Amino acid sequence: MANMVRRHTTSARLWRGGLYTLLIVAALVYLLPLVVMLLTSLKPLDDIRAGGLLSLPSTISFEAWSKAWGSACTGMRCDGMSGYFLNSIAIVVPAVAISSFVGALNGYVLTKWRFRGANLCFALLLFGCFVPFQVVLMPMARTLGWLGLASSTSGLVLVHVVYGIAFTTLFFRNYYVSIPDEMIAAAKLDGAGFWRIFWRILLPVSGPIITVTVIWQFTQIWNDFLFGVSFAGFDSQPVTVALNNMVNTSTGVKEYNVDMAAAMIAALPTLVVYVLAGKYFVRGLTAGSVKG
Amino acid sequence: MPSNVPAPATVERRHRRSLAGHIERVLPRLVVAPSLGVALFFVYGYMLWTFLLSLTNSRMLPQYDFVGFAQYARLFANERWHVAATNLVVFGGLFIVSCLVIGLLLAIFLDQRIRQEGALRTIYLYPMALSLIVTGVVWRWLLNPGLGIQAMVRGWGFEDFTFNWLVDSDMAIYTLVIAAVWQASGFVMALFLAGLRSIDDSLFQAAALDGASLPRIYTRIVLPSLRPVVFSAVMILAHIAIKSFDLVMALTGGGPGYATDLPATFMYAHTFTRGQIGLGSASAIMMLCGVLAILVPYLYSELRGQRHG
Repeated sequence: MANMVRRHTTSARLWRGGLYTLLIVAALVYLLPLVVMLLTSLKPLDDIRAGGLLSLPSTISFEAWSKAWGSACTGMRCDGMSGYFLNSIAIVVPAVAISSFVGALNGYVLTKWRFRGANLCFALLLFGCFVPFQVVLMPMARTLGWLGLASSTSGLVLVHVVYGIAFTTLFFRNYYVSIPDEMIAAAKLDGAGFWRIFWRILLPVSGPIITVTVIWQFTQIWNDFLFGVSFAGFDSQPVTVALNNMVNTSTGVKEYNVDMAAAMIAALPTLVVYVLAGKYFVRGLTAGSVKG
Repeated sequence: MPSNVPAPATVERRHRRSLAGHIERVLPRLVVAPSLGVALFFVYGYMLWTFLLSLTNSRMLPQYDFVGFAQYARLFANERWHVAATNLVVFGGLFIVSCLVIGLLLAIFLDQRIRQEGALRTIYLYPMALSLIVTGVVWRWLLNPGLGIQAMVRGWGFEDFTFNWLVDSDMAIYTLVIAAVWQASGFVMALFLAGLRSIDDSLFQAAALDGASLPRIYTRIVLPSLRPVVFSAVMILAHIAIKSFDLVMALTGGGPGYATDLPATFMYAHTFTRGQIGLGSASAIMMLCGVLAILVPYLYSELRGQRHG
């Protein structure tokens, strides 16, 4: 669009120049926090005290990274982010797998095996995308207690599956709507049943939507803080909660380089996903952009 | 007639087939049933549960001695809630407007056949991949008066430069806006860009042939056709604003004092750290009402649009 033939007049050139300047300045502003975070994490503390947010480190040192990973204090404990990083993985992997699978099944049924009330069913499920989680915190805390899952990794997996299903169902439903019903009808005539159609016909063409769903769920669950801080126990806190605790620890000398390294550690998995699969990330964002 | 009586084996097979057929018929419903049950209990049941709690005198632990709407009366008489609610209006309003303006401008600029468009888009959008906790931690560092942007600009020789909003209780709420806009404006840009790309090129060419200037084309043709995008973007951003919790926790911790409290942090503090479950539940229900107020018109239009899809 906007592809009008522009004559190469001076004013047109000025306009293009201004345009590029603006866009590049904007890009620098968006990049600033990341650059500062990285630079700070590589600086010795003396450099930081000497000032210069954007000054280059006098010596590049990965000490802050290794301290953030292995021995920095988060609240009471002083064994770095590594344990919490693993906690996050232990939460994310099963939660993403289960919620995606359930979402695929739901989407399949709601589009290819429509029954009376299927639309109502979908609408009821969809509301889960919008509910402000503050409304469910207290009852969920009680329920997890009764189930014996309070403060456990399994409890957090349950919470993320429960509130992830709305999104995964939405994704798969919208994708399966576009797959022709004739394919399913033909398979039924050939005697294929419910599961056979799912495994042999729908799943093999679901690659793109599985990617979108998995990336979306991964990002949301990895970045979650509210559920983590509300329901995690001492041994199951995710990396976001640990980062917040570390930064808010007021004892001792504040080691900003370690804080920034910890922030990088917490941010890296989703950043890597974004860089490697940005297209799918954006698709998830625009399809399920209701989750805060 | 004996010849009409099927052999026992056939009866059994036929019976089995019909049982299988029956299972096959209800199977789809069986598959969705657990999810529906989960939604009914964990979403709708919990909403009701929290509402019931908001009608009780619960403090440290939930208890069910009902006191009517007394907690709501307490909530509205509560100074800190007023701060939180006002903050939400200020924060939400500025956040939404800024994201829309910046997102739209970036999208229009990017739409002018820009070289390296992909790279620029990637840069504008990456903050959305980050956790709000990370965003909060980074901006807290950037806005730290002693070491962040203020110190940097002073280091350049502008000794009087002051940018200490983070520790100024009147201005701290705007630091939340800055960080949140940084996080979400790229996403709004992506929405607008998608909207711009879906506009028919011939409209543009026709208008250009008629001699319409570029700004005129945008204000007269493009912006009106982007109305649905603006509508969804506002819904999404409002929803993000109401739920904002992580960012406050990591950037200001609600402080100085409780100057940057939002309903979400108010609810958390009263429910989990101040032993005021009844009051916390009332505030959660108010948040739900806020979400419903923006959601009902949104869902209505969405579902109407999907009916034919």
